[in-house]
Amino acid sequence: MPTMNMLQAINNALDIAMAEDDKVLCFGEDVGVFGGVFRATSHLQEKYGKARCFNTPLVEQGIIGFANGLAAQGSVPVAEIQFADYIFPAFDQIVNETAKYRYRSGDLFNVGGLTIRTPYGGGIHGGLYHSQSPEAYFTHTPGLKVVVPRDPYQAKGLLLAAIRDPDPVIFFEPKRLYRASVGEVPEEDYQLPIGEAEIIKQGSDITVVGWGAQMEVIGKAVELAEEAGIACEVIDLRSLLPWDVETVADSVFKTGRLVVTHEAPLTGGFAGEITAAIQERCFLYLESPIARVTGMDTPFPLALEKEYFPDHLKIFAAIQHSVNF
Amino acid sequence: MTQATYQPAFMTGDEFSIPTFSVLNHDGDIYPDAQSPDLPRDKARHIYHAMLATRILDERMMAAQRQGRLSFYMQCTGEEASVIGATAALDDADMIMAQYREQGALMYRGFSFDEFMNQLFGNQLDYGKGRQMPVHYGSRKLHYMTISSPLATQIPQAAGYAYGQKLAGEGHCTLTFFGEGAASEGDFHAALNMASVHEVPVIFFCRNNGYAISTPAVEQFAADGIAPRAFGYRMHVIRVDGNDVLAVYEATRLAREMAVKDNKPVLIEAMTYRLAAHSSSDDPSGYRSKDEEEIWRLKDPILRMRKWLEQQNWWSEDEETDTQESLRREVLDTMKRAEKRPSPELDTLITDVYAEVTPALQRQYDALKAHIRCYPDAYPKGAQALGLKGDQQHKTGEQ
Repeated sequence: MPTMNMLQAINNALDIAMAEDDKVLCFGEDVGVFGGVFRATSHLQEKYGKARCFNTPLVEQGIIGFANGLAAQGSVPVAEIQFADYIFPAFDQIVNETAKYRYRSGDLFNVGGLTIRTPYGGGIHGGLYHSQSPEAYFTHTPGLKVVVPRDPYQAKGLLLAAIRDPDPVIFFEPKRLYRASVGEVPEEDYQLPIGEAEIIKQGSDITVVGWGAQMEVIGKAVELAEEAGIACEVIDLRSLLPWDVETVADSVFKTGRLVVTHEAPLTGGFAGEITAAIQERCFLYLESPIARVTGMDTPFPLALEKEYFPDHLKIFAAIQHSVNF
Repeated sequence: MTQATYQPAFMTGDEFSIPTFSVLNHDGDIYPDAQSPDLPRDKARHIYHAMLATRILDERMMAAQRQGRLSFYMQCTGEEASVIGATAALDDADMIMAQYREQGALMYRGFSFDEFMNQLFGNQLDYGKGRQMPVHYGSRKLHYMTISSPLATQIPQAAGYAYGQKLAGEGHCTLTFFGEGAASEGDFHAALNMASVHEVPVIFFCRNNGYAISTPAVEQFAADGIAPRAFGYRMHVIRVDGNDVLAVYEATRLAREMAVKDNKPVLIEAMTYRLAAHSSSDDPSGYRSKDEEEIWRLKDPILRMRKWLEQQNWWSEDEETDTQESLRREVLDTMKRAEKRPSPELDTLITDVYAEVTPALQRQYDALKAHIRCYPDAYPKGAQALGLKGDQQHKTGEQ
């Protein structure tokens, strides 16, 4: 089985999707001959022609508006927003249009073919506008699906699933791991399910939930916890909308404790949704308050990124606090 | 290469002036220098009939809104020639992506009064399943994209749709309608630029009717309307008299040729006037004069087309009277039928959010059903849909 980094796995998924279906199109800023600022679309224009892989003018609301139209027409657009920080000009097209197309038309029309790919997350000295994790803005929007992979294998399987999913999907790619995360990825076509969490590690003392790049940070925290004799159950949510409440609740029934972590700010972050839902379901089983380890309620800073970040030590501290409550 | 200059000569665009293309004068005569487009008798009568039907539907439904039978309404009044003239110049399978004041396009393509009414009353037969406000029509079989309220969002979508049509190679184009107010949105700029760069078969059709709700055009833009903006995108553009159905038809016909044969996007600015209020929630007497409205009432596009048709001996006083009478009767009968139809099924609350109902939504729906069973009187439509209430009680709830 070949070894790929996450960008190669994404590129491979796009290649497979474009080879399989003429209706799949890739476009965005600099995705054409240059292959994207991160090279996720390398060689696709060369292979599939300028009509199917092309640069757009620099206008995010235009990219997504154009993509909505294409998807409504029956094409399968995979639109790239260069950084998740720049998705906001397209917020209206995504929230008011993409998400509501099928519902408002009574299923006369839909944009189910649409996938929006965008790099997200901190840890690259990106400051305010190359670090954001805007997933919670979108999880508040019925009609969208929100998916975040954690490694190359997940990235390929989930992206292929997103492209073929009958609903519009926002696919957040953890850019800190684009080249840092390397692993075995099957060359052939495969899909991973959207809407299903994955238990990465079994444990009996506490449940730790995260997604995307934060899974690597959780891994380090869990190592420290294991050294301290705490058995953690680790869950990668993978899909935030819809999210797999059953898997998390079943785990908390067993462990009685939960830590949720994400890079985005605390207030209004998706951890709040998980916390509320698990509290409703598992009230009589909880042995300590559910802990949220997240970014602070500030814009994402440059110089003090390390201090801002919900790193492994903060997660470890939360695990200890919960177990000792 | 750009041309060099050694004097600091600033330009404003006032150097260009875009004339208004006209064919028919107010008396229904062809201007001496103009040429009547090749519009056969039956097609001309079809256009006129759609204009008249739209006017009568609008008048009756606005009255129904005033009577409290309808939650909301918007009229196309004064702009029928723009909307229907443009639609008549398209192939019936070309996509139309409209704003919300273009019901005439659907009328021309054969949307029935029943179909209009089902949407307006949000009943069980509404294609949109009663989810959207009135006048947010859509029709897949008539290639008319479902309307949404956010302004200008359909304009870049039209460019994308047309790109897909170009790749499909079946010789179709997309026409998108919008008002001059919507053209101030960023989506307008995004769409024109992308359409021009990617050479897509799309027609951008602006209804410049002088007002965006209460905001007059002079507070909407500083330049000479919308048309000159095309220069910045190197796009073909024409300005037409929007109350002159022959000019609108001919301009759109030629634009369609450019779009479909050469993949050139085209901008059309139709100069017209919103004769009615913005919507049933608006009272124009607060921001414009009766005198101004009166001037435009004399330029009524329906009157102008009728004079021309009569000169061709394609229409008569008797036909006018009979047609108006039968349309009025049909609108009224259809409305009474649509009002009585039951509300959509309760589960239409949760279907079509996604292709399949998600487990989370199913749980919320089950909780709602249990709640309605406890308080059926408080939720008459829901109780009716669950079979908990009789027909009589349902009607009470409707009022």
